[in-house]
This record gives sequence, structure tokens and C-alpha cells, in this order.
Amino acid sequence: MEELFAKPEIRKPENIVYKKTDLMVDRPLSYCPGCGHGTVHRILMEVIEEMDIQGDTIGVSPVGCSVLAYDFLDIDMLGAAHGRAPALATAIKRLWPHRFVFTYQGDGDLAAIGTAETIHACNRGENITIIFINNGIYGMTGGQMAPTTLPGMRSSTSPYGRDVLTMGYPLKMTELVAQLPGTHYVTRQSVHTPGNARKTKKAIRKAFDIQKEKKGVGWIEVVSNCNSGWKMTPVQANKWMEDNMFPFYPLGDIKVDGKLIEVAK
Amino acid sequence: MGELRLMKGNEAVAEAAIRAGCDGYFGYPITPQSEVMEYLMAEKPYDRTGMVVLQAESEVASINMIYGAAGTGKKVITSSSSPGISLMQEGISYMAGAELPAVIVNVVRGGPGLGTIQPSQADYFQAVKGGGHGDYKLIVLAPASVQEMCDHVKLGFDLAFKYRTPVMLLSDGAVGQMMEKVVLFDQIPRRTDEEVIAQCPWAATGKLKNRDHIIITSLDLDPAGQERVNLKLQAKYKKIEENEIMYEEIHCEDAEYLFVAFGLSARICQKATDLARAKGIKVGLFRPITLFPFPVQQIASTIKRVKGVLVVEMNAGQMIEDVKLSVGLNVKIEHFGRFGGIIPSPDEVVRALEQKIIGG
Ligand SMILES: Cc1ncc(C[n+]2csc(CCOP(=O)(O)OP(=O)(O)O)c2C)c(N)n1
Ligand code: SF4
Ligand SMILES: [Mg+2]
Repeated sequence: MEELFAKPEIRKPENIVYKKTDLMVDRPLSYCPGCGHGTVHRILMEVIEEMDIQGDTIGVSPVGCSVLAYDFLDIDMLGAAHGRAPALATAIKRLWPHRFVFTYQGDGDLAAIGTAETIHACNRGENITIIFINNGIYGMTGGQMAPTTLPGMRSSTSPYGRDVLTMGYPLKMTELVAQLPGTHYVTRQSVHTPGNARKTKKAIRKAFDIQKEKKGVGWIEVVSNCNSGWKMTPVQANKWMEDNMFPFYPLGDIKVDGKLIEVAK
Repeated sequence: MGELRLMKGNEAVAEAAIRAGCDGYFGYPITPQSEVMEYLMAEKPYDRTGMVVLQAESEVASINMIYGAAGTGKKVITSSSSPGISLMQEGISYMAGAELPAVIVNVVRGGPGLGTIQPSQADYFQAVKGGGHGDYKLIVLAPASVQEMCDHVKLGFDLAFKYRTPVMLLSDGAVGQMMEKVVLFDQIPRRTDEEVIAQCPWAATGKLKNRDHIIITSLDLDPAGQERVNLKLQAKYKKIEENEIMYEEIHCEDAEYLFVAFGLSARICQKATDLARAKGIKVGLFRPITLFPFPVQQIASTIKRVKGVLVVEMNAGQMIEDVKLSVGLNVKIEHFGRFGGIIPSPDEVVRALEQKIIGG
């Protein structure tokens, strides 16, 4: 890496194969190094740039680590109260039907305090995109148990591991909303490798495209890491995610074109 | 003159919303105000003006729908009754913080808790003192008739957009349910998207090429920044106090005694004033129409001329605190209230005046 920077001549315009999208505001992200939030921000903005809809998009950010998403994404945005982003997005889309409207929410935001707003926006078939960052923990407030925390997983409020008998089971919101007739496209992805990030980008693009068709909710869960909350290095966190999160939250499409994908048993 | 109709207060709210050029109503059913959404759904405002009506899954959702829509510059309204308004408080606080315009109608019923579906004025503190968290105020209008239910919707939108602040109509189950003649104002056209964008440059309508992206939020993590937000809000509330006070005085010129009452209680006191005067008791009525801003000076100058004041409210004594704060300690001010959904009769009010003020 260092050698790269030592040779400015190779940064000639004709040699550039990838650069940060101009739709990311040029300021340092508030996320911990290695956190998936930043990657999802970037690919989301790449999609908006590629579709040339910067002026036609209204985003809704949550309360959680991504509460400041609106500082980084160069589009008009509203910061919702904790869990209520789908309610805001519902009204915005109803009153601005030609805008692209999305919510960006963590697992505590979407699957605990905002469960009702999430399920009902999906059930009404709102023509919005929901981007759901599932890191199995409350990152922002310092690593408490989330509805998505795995059985046995430690957090600051399940210090001996999540005991499902007293603390309940992890909630698979994505499988749940896929059952609702109001969702049109439901998928679960990750961004921990370039290949996965590309798949997530395609999924976000697809979800934005179906807003044009007015067919209902496009839903992208991104299984992500929280190396700070999990108390791991970024590399360890990605490995732990592959070994533990993916078996419980398997990646891939769950519903496409309004039809549930048959999973081979 | 506008169209004359016989309507319920709740229906007048709904019809006024359509005519005010409102873009959207979001609400959840609760007695005694469900007629607002029922009227709207039956009236098909989408066909009339393009106004959207949506039944939300809860009052939490409906206030946050209002927050989202208002943040994009749209003219939106919600209505509920006491328990539902309690659920909305977080959202209302966010809207005050983010400086968003909207009209919120509370058709108050008796509490606490599930209480009763009968009329009450027990939500005065909640409405006037900022029912949610943080240092904020709402502009609070207190309609006392079906006509005012209609007119205050239009006025509420004007004030909400003038000051970029949520406005509450604090009515009650009786004003919401009773039928009266109402003169409806003529249809105001809904603004086009282009007009919204031009008139609300602060709103998140989609980034324009010639401006920075817009962020609607109540968050400022920097204490100095958050103090600036608070100072800005306080300056706005001061301006509202300077410019927007509304009140009505009935028979106050020669009054020796005074009723102070808002909303339905003022209607009852109006009758009580006539009854008392027939008995030779010179009593007048001071009716605050705006509860915030409260007519502090106006009430003080009227009270100066009388021997005693009876504050009549359908609660255990809430507005009386503001009346007392408006005047010196040497004035005789008593409270008369019925609560839990009981509406006092004008006779009862006159008796209370005689016992607590004149005889007391
Ligand atoms: C009404 C309310 N309750 C609680 C909080 C505190 N709070 C802020 S963020 C958060 C959890 C966020 O977790 P998640 O949605 O998973 O986002 P992450 O930080 O993990 O990305 C909580 C409980 C709040 N801001 N508002
Ligand atoms: S606390 Fe977790 S979710 Fe939040 S920025 Fe850090 S790694 Fe990301
Ligand atoms: Mg989380």
C-alpha cells in the first residue's frame, strides 16, 4: 500500500479504476475502522450516482450508529426517531410518489423498538427501499443485546451469553417480512468481502429499480459486523461473522419478484 | 360568505383540512374523534384535491408520518384523543426540535389512563407546558365551537408555517361531537410540488443542484450547538408571545367578578354569565383562545378591575396556574372544576361563583 502512495505517477487519471463516489460527502466517517456501515453507505451512494437520482432521492436515517448517516450522504435526508423511519418513509413516499425513498436502519431500530412500523410499512406494500444493517448488537449505546443477538452470544446486557429461555430468541425479521404480500424483493447480503459488497450493491440497485414499478417494499438485510461491540479486531469480527452469523442468517435472496424462493432442505 | 353547513366539530376539522389545501392526514382511531378520519375517508379527498389519507398502525406511527411529511414541506394534520396524544409526545418533541410545521388536534377525553371517553380539559398541562421531553412549546389553540374547530385548522396551518412549529388544537369530546352551524371557508388550492420546493427552502424535497443537501434533524451532539438550537427556539417562542395572542372578553367592561375559561368551559361560563347577571351579579368572561401564547398582560389588566376571579376548567386546576402567574398574589382567584368526563352546568358554575368568590 505504502509503495502505491509513494508513486504519484500511477494515480494518473487514465490509471484510476475505482474512486470514491462524489455523492459521499468528503468528511471522515464516524464509524469504527472495519465497520460495515461505511461500506454500505458507499455502495448505496454509488447506486444513486449510477441511477442519476441524487436530486430525486429522500433518505431516512435511524437512531443507532448510523444516526449521522445524513452527514455523509450528499442527498436530502431526515433523521427519524428511534425505530420510526418506515413511518416517515411511508408518508414521504405517499406525498412524493416520484421520489426514491429509502430507510437505513440498524437491528435494534428496525427489529425491536420499530418492529410495528417496519411490519406495517411492509404489509401496506409501501414503495420504498429498506436497508437493514444487522450486526446482532446495539452498537451505538455500547454493545447491549439486540433482538438479533445470537443464542449464547455475549453482550453488555447478556454478559453470560444470550439465554434464549429468559431473553427470547433472535428475531429473523427478513424471513418474517418475506411472508407479507406487501414485500416484493427481500434479500440478505453482506459487505465483508469485495464480492459480497458487489452483490449487495446489485441488491440495492434492484430494490431502487422496483420503486419505479410500484410493486411494494424492496428489502436488503446486510449481515454486518460490530467489531467494537463484539470486542474483536475487524479481521476477527469478519471471521466470527462468517462462522456464527451466516449459519443463523444465511445469505441470499428470500423473495424475488414477489415470490418466495424455495430453499433446498 | 362561505358555505353554511350543520356539522360535528370533528367533521368540521376534516372538512377544514381538505379546504385548507392540506396534503395529508395520518391518524389512528380513538373515541371521541374517530369522525375526523371517517369523514375524510368517506369524502375521498384524494379525488377532490389530491390529499392523502392514511390509517396508521398507531399514534406513534401517525405522528412520525406527520414528522416525515412535514420535513418535506408538506401541509399535514393528525388528530387523536388523550391516550393517543400521550403516545405521540416523542414525535412532537422531535418536530419542535427540528422546527417542523403541522397541525395536531387533541379532542380531549377524561384521564388518567384509559379514563373515559367523555369530554375533559385535563390535557392542558400536557399541551401548554410541552408534553414531551426538552424545552419546547407548541402554539395551542382552544376552539370553543364547531366554527372554531373549522377556522382554527386554517389558522393552525398558517401559524405552523409562519413559525415552523407544530400547532395543537386543544378541544374536547363535546366540541368534537356537538353539531352546530358552521360557515366553511372556500377551498384553498393544494400547493404543487414546485410551489412546496420554492416556498419551503428548508425542507428535504430532494437535493437541488444549486444548494447543499438538506438535513431534517433535532440532533446536535455538540452542547454549544444544542444550546444554540434551544436559544433559537426560545427566541421564536418569544416572537409568538409578542404577535399571536388571541382572546375574547364578554361583559368585562362593567364586571365586578370574572370567569376565566377556555374551550367548552367558556361556552358554559357564557351561559353562567347570563344567569348570574339576571340575578344582578356583574360577572364577565375572559376566554383565552391561544393557550400558548397565554394572554398574560390582557388577563392581568382585566383582573385588576374585578373583586374576584373564578377559573372554570374541566380538570383539577391547570390553567389556573397560568392565571395566577399573570397577576399579583393579592387577587382572589379560585378554581372550579368537574372532571372525569363530567360537564358542569351553568347553574353549578354560578353557585360556585357565589360560594367561592362572592360569599367566600
Ligand atoms: C426512544 C429511544 N430509546 C432508546 C434510545 C437509545 N438508543 C440509541 S441507539 C440504540 C440502539 C441502536 O442499535 P441498532 O439499531 O442495532 O444500531 P447500531 O448502532 O447497532 O448500528 C438505542 C437503544 C433512543 N435514542 N431513543
Ligand atoms: S460501534 Fe459497531 S456498529 Fe457502531 S461504528 Fe463501531 S463497529 Fe460500527
Ligand atoms: Mg445493531
